[in-house]
Amino acid sequence: MISNSYFLNVVRFILLVLVQVLVFNRLNFFGFINPMVYILFLYWYPIKENRGAFIGLAFLLGISIDFFSDSMALNAASTLTIAYMRPAIMRLVFGVNLEFQSFKISNTTRIQQITFLTLLIIVHHLVFFTLEIFSLENFLLILKKVSATGAVTLLLCLLFGSLFSIRKE
Amino acid sequence: MQQIINFIIRYKNFLLYIFLMIISMTFTIQSHSYHQSRFFNSSNWLTGNILETSNNVSTYFGLDAENQKLLNENKRLRDLLFNMGETDTTALDSIQRRYTIATGRVIKNSFAQPRNYLTIDKGEKDSIKGDMGVITSKGILGIIENTSNHFATVQSILNERSNINAKIKNTDHFGSLVWDMKRYDVVQLIDIPRLVKLTVGDTIVTGGMSSIFPEGIPVGTIRKFDLNSSNSFYSIDVALFNDMTNIKNVYIVNNELREEIKELENQTRTDDQ
Repeated sequence: MISNSYFLNVVRFILLVLVQVLVFNRLNFFGFINPMVYILFLYWYPIKENRGAFIGLAFLLGISIDFFSDSMALNAASTLTIAYMRPAIMRLVFGVNLEFQSFKISNTTRIQQITFLTLLIIVHHLVFFTLEIFSLENFLLILKKVSATGAVTLLLCLLFGSLFSIRKE
Repeated sequence: MQQIINFIIRYKNFLLYIFLMIISMTFTIQSHSYHQSRFFNSSNWLTGNILETSNNVSTYFGLDAENQKLLNENKRLRDLLFNMGETDTTALDSIQRRYTIATGRVIKNSFAQPRNYLTIDKGEKDSIKGDMGVITSKGILGIIENTSNHFATVQSILNERSNINAKIKNTDHFGSLVWDMKRYDVVQLIDIPRLVKLTVGDTIVTGGMSSIFPEGIPVGTIRKFDLNSSNSFYSIDVALFNDMTNIKNVYIVNNELREEIKELENQTRTDDQ
C-alpha cells in the first residue's frame, strides 16, 4: 500500500510537470493567461505524510517547471510557500474534522474542497506574480494577473480533479 | 546545547522552508539585477531534448504556412539579388564578410511574462555563442543569452531587460528599444530627441551603434508617440513586424568583428581610468 501511493505520487509528479510545460505554458489565453495546473499535486498529496518531505517535493516540483520555462525560481518559491502553508489552510477550511483519524479530503463537502483549492491557488499566484513583476508600481497589473490566471487555473483544476479523482470505495 | 537541538527539531519544517525560500529568492533576485541564471535555463540537455521532441511533433501542423513564408522571403531576396547585378555569391570573399548567418528553429516560445526567453535547437556544437543577434525573415527577435552543446536560449525583445539600439529609417536619429511589459505586439523606442519630425507609420530599424545586429534590420512601424515627462525626448510605441506568438525559423547573425570591437572598447575604458 505504501509503495503504491509512493509510485502514484511519482507518476503524478512527472505527468503534471510534462502537462504543465508542454500544454498549459503554451496556452496564452487572451495573450497572457497560462494556468498553473500543477498545483493539483499539492491538493492531491496525502495528508498524513512526513511534512519535511512534502516541502522538499514541492520545491522540486516548482524548480523542475522553472527549468523548462526560464522563470528563474518563481515557481519554486510560490509552490514552496503553499506547501508550507497547506496545514494552516486546511485547519482554516476543514476545522475540527481534520483531527479525526479517518479524515479524507474525498469525504468532505464539495464547497470545502473548492475553498481549499481556491485558497491554495490564490496564495500561489499572489507570491508568483508579485515576485515576477517585482514592483509595487504595477500593483494593478499584479492583481489583474492573479485574478484572471487564478480563475482559469481553478476552473481547469476542478475539471482535472473530477476527471482523475480517486473513486470512493 | 540541548535547547538548540530541541529548537531545531521543533521548527525543522519552518527552517527547511526558510532555507529553500532563501535559495529560490537568491536565484530570482540575482537575475532581476543581472543576467539570466547560468543553470536555471531551458538550454540544458534534459529540458532541451524534451522541448525539442514535443516541437518535432507540433511543427508538422504548420509546415505549409512555414514553407510559404520561406518561399516569400526567397522571392524577395532573389528580387534584390537579380537587380543588383550580382547573380552569384562568388563575389562574397571570406575576407570581405563581416556577418555570418546560421539557421535555427524555435523549440520554446514565450511572450506572456515580463521576462521572455525563447529556446532554439542550435548550440555550441553549431558555433553559437552568447550575444549573437537573432532575427526572422520579418525582423528582429532577440539576442542569444545562454548556450549548451545543442541548444541556446534567446532573450526576446519582449523582455524588460532587453535594450537594443534602433533608429528611424533613413535618418541617423537613434534611441533604445525597450519593452513596458504590456502588449506582446508593441515595444517602445525611447531617447529620440524632440526636434526630430515623426509621423505615425514611420519604419524603425536597428541602428549601427550595436556590435550585435547589422544596421537596418527592420523592427516595426511607429504606432503612436508622446513626449516623455521631461519634455525633451519622445517615447514612441512601435508595432512589431514580427508576430511574436508564431515564430518557427530564425537566423542567427554573428558579427565577425565583434570581438575586435569589444576588445578596443575595453581597452579604451581601462585607459580612461
